[in-house]
Parts: sequence; structure tokens; C-alpha cells
Amino acid sequence: MKPLILSGLEPLIINEYSNFVNVGERTNVTGSRRFARLIAEEEYGEALEVALDQVRGGAQILDVNMDEGMLDGKAAMVRFLNLVASEPEIARIPMMIDSSKWEIIEAGLQVVQGKSVVNSISLKGGEDEFIEQAGKVKRYGAAVVVMAFDEQGQADSYDRRVEICERSYRVLIDKVDFPPQDIIFDPNIFPVATGIEEHNSNAVDFFEAAAWIKENLPGAKVSGGVSNVSFSFRGNNVVREAMHTAFLYHGIKAGMDMGIVNAGMIEVYDEIPKDLLEHVEDVLLNRRPDATERLLGFAENVKGSGKQKVEDLSWREDSVEKRLAHALVKGIIDFIDEDTEEAKQKIGSPLKVIEGPLMDGMNVVGDLFGSGRMFLPQVVKSARVMKKSVAYLTPFLEREKSSGSTKGKILLATVKGDVHDIGKNIVGVVMACNNFDIEDMGVMVPADKILDRAEEIGADIIGLSGLITPSLDEMVSVAEEMQRRKMKTPLLIGGATTSRIHTAVKIAPKYENTVVHVLDASKSVGVSTNLLSDKSPEYRERIKSEYLELAENHASRTEAKAYIPYLSAIKNGLKIEPHIYQPNQPGITVFEDYDLSKIEKYIDWTPFFSTWMLKGKYPSILENPTIGKEAKKLYDDARVMLNEVISDKLLRAKAVIGLFEVERNGDDLVVFKEGKEISKFHFLRQQGKKAQGVPNLSLIDFLSEGSKDYLGGFAVTAGVGIEKLIEEYKSQYDDYNEIMVKALADRLAEAFAELMHERTRKELWGYAAQENYDNESLIREKYQGIRPAPGYPACPDHTEKRTLFDLLEVEKNTGITLTESFAMYPASSVSGLYFAHPEAKYFGLGKIDRDQVENYANRKGISVKKAEKWLAPNLNYEI
Amino acid sequence: MSNIKEILRERILVLDGAMGTMIQQHKPEEEDFRNEELKSHPKFLKGNNDLLSVTRPDIIKEIHVEYFKAGADIAETNTFSGTTIAQADYELERWVYELNFQSAKIAKEAAIDFAEKEPHKPRFVAGSMGPTNRTASLSPDVNDPGFRAVTFEDLRAAYKQQAEALLDGGVDILLVETVFDTLNAKAALFAIEEIKEEREIDIPVMVSGTITDASGRTLSGQTTEAFLASISHADLLSVGLNCALGARQLRPYLKILSEKSAFFVSAHPNAGLPNEFGQYDETPEQMRDQIKEFLDDGLVNIVGGCCGTTPDHIAEIVDLAAQFEPRKGEVPV
Repeated sequence: MKPLILSGLEPLIINEYSNFVNVGERTNVTGSRRFARLIAEEEYGEALEVALDQVRGGAQILDVNMDEGMLDGKAAMVRFLNLVASEPEIARIPMMIDSSKWEIIEAGLQVVQGKSVVNSISLKGGEDEFIEQAGKVKRYGAAVVVMAFDEQGQADSYDRRVEICERSYRVLIDKVDFPPQDIIFDPNIFPVATGIEEHNSNAVDFFEAAAWIKENLPGAKVSGGVSNVSFSFRGNNVVREAMHTAFLYHGIKAGMDMGIVNAGMIEVYDEIPKDLLEHVEDVLLNRRPDATERLLGFAENVKGSGKQKVEDLSWREDSVEKRLAHALVKGIIDFIDEDTEEAKQKIGSPLKVIEGPLMDGMNVVGDLFGSGRMFLPQVVKSARVMKKSVAYLTPFLEREKSSGSTKGKILLATVKGDVHDIGKNIVGVVMACNNFDIEDMGVMVPADKILDRAEEIGADIIGLSGLITPSLDEMVSVAEEMQRRKMKTPLLIGGATTSRIHTAVKIAPKYENTVVHVLDASKSVGVSTNLLSDKSPEYRERIKSEYLELAENHASRTEAKAYIPYLSAIKNGLKIEPHIYQPNQPGITVFEDYDLSKIEKYIDWTPFFSTWMLKGKYPSILENPTIGKEAKKLYDDARVMLNEVISDKLLRAKAVIGLFEVERNGDDLVVFKEGKEISKFHFLRQQGKKAQGVPNLSLIDFLSEGSKDYLGGFAVTAGVGIEKLIEEYKSQYDDYNEIMVKALADRLAEAFAELMHERTRKELWGYAAQENYDNESLIREKYQGIRPAPGYPACPDHTEKRTLFDLLEVEKNTGITLTESFAMYPASSVSGLYFAHPEAKYFGLGKIDRDQVENYANRKGISVKKAEKWLAPNLNYEI
Repeated sequence: MSNIKEILRERILVLDGAMGTMIQQHKPEEEDFRNEELKSHPKFLKGNNDLLSVTRPDIIKEIHVEYFKAGADIAETNTFSGTTIAQADYELERWVYELNFQSAKIAKEAAIDFAEKEPHKPRFVAGSMGPTNRTASLSPDVNDPGFRAVTFEDLRAAYKQQAEALLDGGVDILLVETVFDTLNAKAALFAIEEIKEEREIDIPVMVSGTITDASGRTLSGQTTEAFLASISHADLLSVGLNCALGARQLRPYLKILSEKSAFFVSAHPNAGLPNEFGQYDETPEQMRDQIKEFLDDGLVNIVGGCCGTTPDHIAEIVDLAAQFEPRKGEVPV
């Protein structure tokens, strides 16, 4: 049989004697967050380095994939492949042009001079399309990966794999005259040990199908994406590596010629511990019915053990200055007190220790972070070391502490009515690392207190933070007060709901000095440095004019958008078929002290990483070439803390759920208990002009009109007891664990909300008793029904939370309280409404007009002015 | 022309020599490149040799006749630069069809004359398709390696037009030659496949690459074997090497092709390397000795000359080729 011969600048010959061919997988935007980011930001130089790393790491073919919704995939494919052609070390190997879109594949084929591989085509879209695409592939001179996929779907059994591969092969040979040696089958590698019985034979089916293909389809090759098989063991790399290795061992024996493989996740088969290998192979080869459970049990053991490295203490031999720098950069706290003492004796002045080795070390940390070579969790650990050392020295410091050594004093505060402070804490830590003197006033700080303090200490910059929308207004008030006091201090604005545009349009005009929006912690350093540098006047001038321009553009744009009268919007509401589900357990149900270990598995980890400024989807983030290592460390630390929190009951979770009979009255919803009206919710409706046939939505549209229906409400918290933990960490200057525990409590609260929503759907309300989703599907909200929260886009009025809290007696039942801005305390709490209708979906209200605001104020029995205050972000007019 | 494959199994066929070198001997002047219609064409046309097929068909036909007289089996048409892309410099894009059609016609007329005179020796015409003056996989801008001055689609369209005109003019073979960027050649082959499908014809296709220097690679960086792998999807009559190097320097790469190729193998080297005046001064006898080395090792099925070669060189090669067996075995590895 003829060999498969591919080429870049050099040939790659694959025949029956060839070793397994590694296909590099990191130049794939769907598989590598880093590569995706580099392409999105058009950092093609760095993207090429990813490719180069793959080649140097032993990739023999380079898989390139640009299938990402936000990208012009075709342009990115062409640009990247053109650049690859200019790098002989990369262009040496053949390209695998990977896309689910034919037009991207074709664009790729038009820019490679060598013989590449198309990945992939299949019978999915029918035989005609398959023949046409295969014919083109042949004419462009490429080999092809054919997926085991047909009109009926993806092959998931041995029989289906054989059936589809054989049919594909026959069509290619008989109708396209495709060279058999240029056909590569991908017979689908699926996960095993998922707990679902049908999946037990997934690996065996693949091996047998591979063997069948090699036996019966002359010339054809077999490939596959290996990482998929161990999907169930995300987070446990010891087991995953063993699974990949064993899978390849058996796959290659069965005839697998090549595969898309993360070379960093492969071990040597003979070096896998015998007991682990046996458990893994029991699963892969489906050798015993309890194989999955046995491996799961075994996996728990290997998780913590195995790959632990012996700690390297050779750095302890260095001079004390070097040891301090090392401890800071590496975040090692174990020796800091003794090293600080030694440095104090050696240098003679505690202040000089701070200004010397400690600051030098932190400067290194700041530089590394600034250049993207260190990540937030590491920086926070470094800061912890710094703080501990400074705390040790403080008693020895003389009274007249010189303050000229820092870049400037920054006063931070979360504004009145808001309790969220993770982001602000991170800003504080990062800025302290960059030699700013930080004073953090905490949460719920009134404007007067902030400004008094700023004047008292002579703050060089004031930074305000807030997460909920009413905080935006509070920030405007602070700016107004600063103007009244004729202050000169620059004002920084940050936090999840803040934005550059809001800052420019609403806050900056209130204060004639500088107001700057900072997107995240890393930006805050640059902005502050600029504000306090020699160039500051020009910088401030530039910000001012930028924001002015933004505000002007905004003004001209808002006029352009069309709105319709509120009454017309009501008429254009969504009309749905009623689906009325009688709850199994109407009224209020309280859950005291919910078992945290049951909540844990509902955690969506992706936002946890983003809190720490590590961007990427869990679990793949753990394997990211750039941040994977740090993400993994962070995750391990989180796991340790989580286990402690659960086993020692350090946090407690409480919930209240209520299911009520309701009836619509216009855009108001009347709540009944035993036939008596007990409460009323007020809803808002989209008022923007819609295209023909598109409704002006209000949440109330998801309830039946003219008959009784049911609505749910909930409030959950996982933050009971958190104050004690925070105090403890604060006393140890341990920002790292303080942020960690807050972030975990937030995740637990969200997970708890997910869990309670599921229990409501399946039990308490019971409208979807049969549903069965895994956590990934829950995270993607595949289930029926929604749980919007007052203050969020579909119902942005935070004051409705009061109505909900009264109805559910949330304070009494769970201990969650509301601030004057309707933020929940503890911060790790979630509340909202349940809608069960199958068509219920999330949407954004958008801007509304004066007529609706007046009507709403009237319905709610409040003044128009008050309504406008709470709805400020949604008004399409100036107050 | 279905019998060319059979003939190639029996004996070595000889391709003609340089067109440019022969044209130089006629010392054509600017007016030779102009006819009635081109009288006031704004661009300087001297040096656009392909144009002579239209303005001085007598010269071109004469050259073909001389090569056939010397014993060449295959004449190459005077169309090395006959694409809209290559003619753009002269602003003669609209003449492209005419150029190719006339060139093919002239060569075919000469071939028919000789076939009638010597029926035992069939003569073939190969439509020459040069590389154009642009590269699809290299950037002409050192500051922007991602830039391309020409796209696959541009090349495909231009080559398609050229090939159609050559076929209309009567060529027996298409010769994609002097390939210094494989992607350009792939666009030409793509266009030819389209024509074959549309016209429901089969046409023998020869591809000849150019190894630029002693690195053993094409200008676009491919090794000989990678070049072969990149064009082997097409249904080719032969694959070979031409230009840039003399016969001696070409030999190691020809050996690789001979070992790996599933097609017949061709070679048409230059008359040595150019001297300091840019002239090729290898004599017919010197070139004969070097070509003999190919033939001794049975490396080729088709042999001829490129830059600097003349009917005298070709006559020596014809004499030599008749004494050797062609390369055997078309199945590689």
C-alpha cells in the first residue's frame, strides 16, 4: 500500500512502519484560551510562538483552528497560515486545517504550498455535500480527516462506527476517486467512567473500530482527539495522564496512526504504577462492571499523593537579601519572620529593610505581573509575605516614619449600601505591590466618611468600588460632594457594574477634577502611576477630553434610538400558550443549615478563576500552557480550603423558597395566599422599537393571562459565619486566604442557588420531575424555567427585592439582610424569582421612557422622582 | 496524443532548448514587438518575447523548426510569461488569449510539418506555463511577512485562461514549469483539473520545478521531496526539474525525484551556470557529458535544455538519448 505523504517545507511519510504521529493541538482557539486571546487581540507574533513551541515539543503536524464566534475565522486562518509560511521552523511540518466551516477550510487550503490535512469532513450534511467537499480537497491536494458522523448523528457504538466509516470510505473511493492512503478516519473518542453505563464501552468500541478500519479499509489511517477520554477526571491529572497513556498504548496496538495529543499529558506506559494502571485499564477495556467505581475510589487516593515534589530549600543558603527577594517572588511565608529579623540586625534599621530588600523584591513582583509573567494569585501570596514582614518590623519602627518612599497614598472604599469588596481588595494588593501606600476603608462607607478621611491623611487618589447598580448613583453623589468641597484629588471608579461610558456620562461631569474608570486591578497601577507622575497635567487633560468626547458621542447616539409609547409596548407583549404547573409544596419552605458537601458539586468554577484574573474555562484552564500551572495551584488551594470549610462547618448555608398563586393585573402581579392578596410585584417592559414580530418583553409575559398561575421566589446564602474567618485572616495579614474564602463563599452561594432551583423544578414545584442534567448543562441553563433577580437586566429595580424579602420573610428565615441600596448581606447570597414556563428566558430591559416610569411610580405608590432614582441606569432621558 | 505514455516507456524523449537564447540571436528591436494595433501602445515592449508570436510569428516558427530539425520530440510554446499576471507590467492583459493561441498554433504547425516528413517520429507541442512574476506563499514586503502580492484565486483564474487558450491553439501537453513557488503550481494544476472536468478531456500534464541553489530547495523553501509530495495529487505525465542549475548541480535532486516519483521524470537544465556577464557558456559537448551521467544512472524519461541551450546542444542530447534506456519503474518506495 502507498504511504500517506504529507509535506510542509519537508515531507512527512506515514506508513505501516511509522511511529505514532503527534498532531500539535495548542494552535486551536477552541482548545487553548491563550491562543484564542492572542488571535482575538491580533498578537500574531506571540501566536506564532505557540506554534513554534508545538514544533519544538515534537509536534509533527500542526492543527490550526480558528472556529470562534467572535472571530473572522477565514481571515484569521489565512493570516496565521501566511505568517507560518514565513517561519521555516514551523512551516517545516504539514498543517492540519481544522474547521467545522467549509469556507474556512477552503481559505486555508488556498494558502498552503505543502500537502496538508483537512480536519474534517463527514456525511453529516448528506452524501452530495460530502462528495463535493471531498472532490475539492482532492483538487487542492490535501489529505482528509473523515469524522464518523452521518445524517443520523455521531457514531457512538462499534457498529455505527464501522457502518459510517465503511460507507464514507466507499463513497470516497468509488465516487470521488480519492486516494485511499489520504483518508484518515476519526472514529470518535468519547469519555469513559462517566457513571453512565452505555459509556463503559466507549474506549473498547474505539479500539475495535480502529482495528476494523485498518483490517477492512485498505490504506485508511486512524486518528482521534485523545484528551476526551478522561473527561470525567478533570482536575485529577495523575489519573488523566495514566488514562491517556494507556489509551494510546491500546489505541496504537489497535492501529491508531496519529492523534491530537497534549504531549504534556502523556506518561511512559511502563512507568504508570501497576495498581493505577490496572484500575485505568479495567475502565478502558471495560473489564469489570464495577471498574468505574473502583477507579473513582482509587482516584481519590492518588489525587493528593504521587506527584508531590520534594521541596527545594537550596535558596536558604543565599544572603538574607536574596532570601527575602526569593520569598517575596515565590510567596513563601515559612521563614519570613526569622529572615526579617536577620535583615534588621544586618542592615541596622527596620525602615531600611522595608525600603531596601522588601521594596526591591516587590518591584520585581510588580514588574513580573505587569509583563504578564506572574499571575494574580501569586501576587497576592507575595503581598502576604510582604505584609507579614512589615508587621514584624512595625514595633521597631521609629515614630517619624518617612513617607517619601512610596509613590503615593491611595484611599479605597466600597460605597454606601454596597457590601462587595473582592475586586477592591485585589486592587489594593496589586497597588501595594507597586509601591503605593494603600488605606482601605472597607465596605458600606458613606461619602462624608470617605472624603473626611481623604482630607485627613492627604490622600493622593481616591478609589471607589461597587458591584450593584445603585452604587453607580452613590458614586455620582461622592463626585458631587467632592466638587462641593472643592477638592482636587483624582477619583478612580471601579467595580463590576461600572463602565467607562457611565463614568464619562454620569460621574465625570459632576466633578471638575479628574475622574477615571479603571477596568481591573492591573489597569489601576498604570492609571495611578500616570496620575502621580510629572506628566500628570497632560494625562489628566487627555482623560478629560477623552471622556468629554465619549459623553458627546453618547448623547448623539441616544437620540438616534427609537422608543414606542408604553401602551403600545404592552400591546406588543409576548403572547404565550399558558402552561400552569401546580406546585407540590405551595407556600414557604425553609432550609436550615444545608449540607455544604451536597452543594459543592454544583460549583461553576469558571467565575472563580476570573475573580483571580485568570481567564479561561474550567476545566481546560488547568491545562492552559501559560496560566495552567498557576490555575492548578489556585484550584488545589481552593480545594483544600473548601474541604476544611465543609468538614469543620466553617460556613453555613441557609435557604428559603416560596411558591405562590399569582394573578396578572396589567404589568403588576398580585400574590395570593389561601385566596387572600398578600403581596404585589411590579414589572417593567421593554420599550425600544422592535422589528416586525418581535415582542416588547416583560417578565410578567411568562405567566398566563386571565387565569391563576404560579410564581416562585427564593433567597439563599452560603456566607453565614464568614466574618469570623475574614477577621482571622486579616489578623494574619493574609489577603490571599481572605480573598479565597470570599470567592469560595460566592461560588457556594451560586452553586446553592443552582441546587435549590433544581430541587424546586424536580420536587417542591415538580414541573420537571424527570429532568436529569449534569453540572455542565446546569451551568449552561439547559433546564426549563428561569430565576431572574431584582436588580439584574430583566427586572433592574432593586427595590423589588424588598417585596420579595417581605414575602419570604428572608431576614427571619435565613439571616440575610438588605442594605439601604438593597445589597444583600452576607455578600455571598443570591435571591430571585422563579418562572416555570417553557418559553421563559432571560433578556435585558434596556432603556425605558418617561411614560412607563410615571405609570410604574403610580402602580408602586412612590413618587416619580424616587422611581427615577432607582431606575436611573435604564432611563432614556436625563433627569 | 494518448500514445505519448507508451512511447515514454520505450525511449527517452527530448524536449527542445531555450527560446529566449534563440530569440536573442535574431536581435529583435522595439518595432518587432509592435503591430498595427500596438503601434501606439504606451509601454516599452522590447523584451516581452511572448509577444513575438503575434508580431513576428516567422521568427518563432523558425526557432521551432530548428529544434525539430535538431531532433527534439517536444517543442515548448513561446508562452513562458503568457498570463494576465505576468503581462500586467506591459499592460497587455487583454492580449493574453491571443498570445497563447498564436504561440500554440505556430508550434503545432511546425510539429505537423515534421510529423508528415518523418511519420516514424511523432512530434509533440507542450504549452509552457511559467511561474508568473509573483509568489503566493512568499511576501515581497520584508516588514510584513503575512502580506501576499497575489492570491491562489488570482493565479487560478490567470492560469485557467492561459491553459484554455493553449488548448484552443492545439497543444498536446501542458507544461507547468520553472516552479519556484509550489503554491503557484498548485493553482495552475487546480485550473487544469477544472478545464479537464469542464471539457471532459484528458490532457497530459508535465510539472517542472526549480531548485534555486545548493541548499537543494525551491525558492519557497521546499525540499525536492516535499515539492513532489505537494503536487502528487494531480494526475501528471511527468515531474521534473529545470533552470537555475546546470546538469551537474541538478543531478542529486533529480536522483531523489527518480527514486520517489510515481510519474515519468524530466530534466531540462541550463547550459551550466551563468558567467559573470550573465551568459551561459557551456558548449554542447560539455553539456552532453553531464547529461550522460543522468542517463547512465537511468534517472530520466524526458530530457532537454533550458537557458543558454541551442539546437546544437539539443542535437547532442538527441544523439545521446537514443543510446540509452529510459528510467524504469514508476512506482516509488
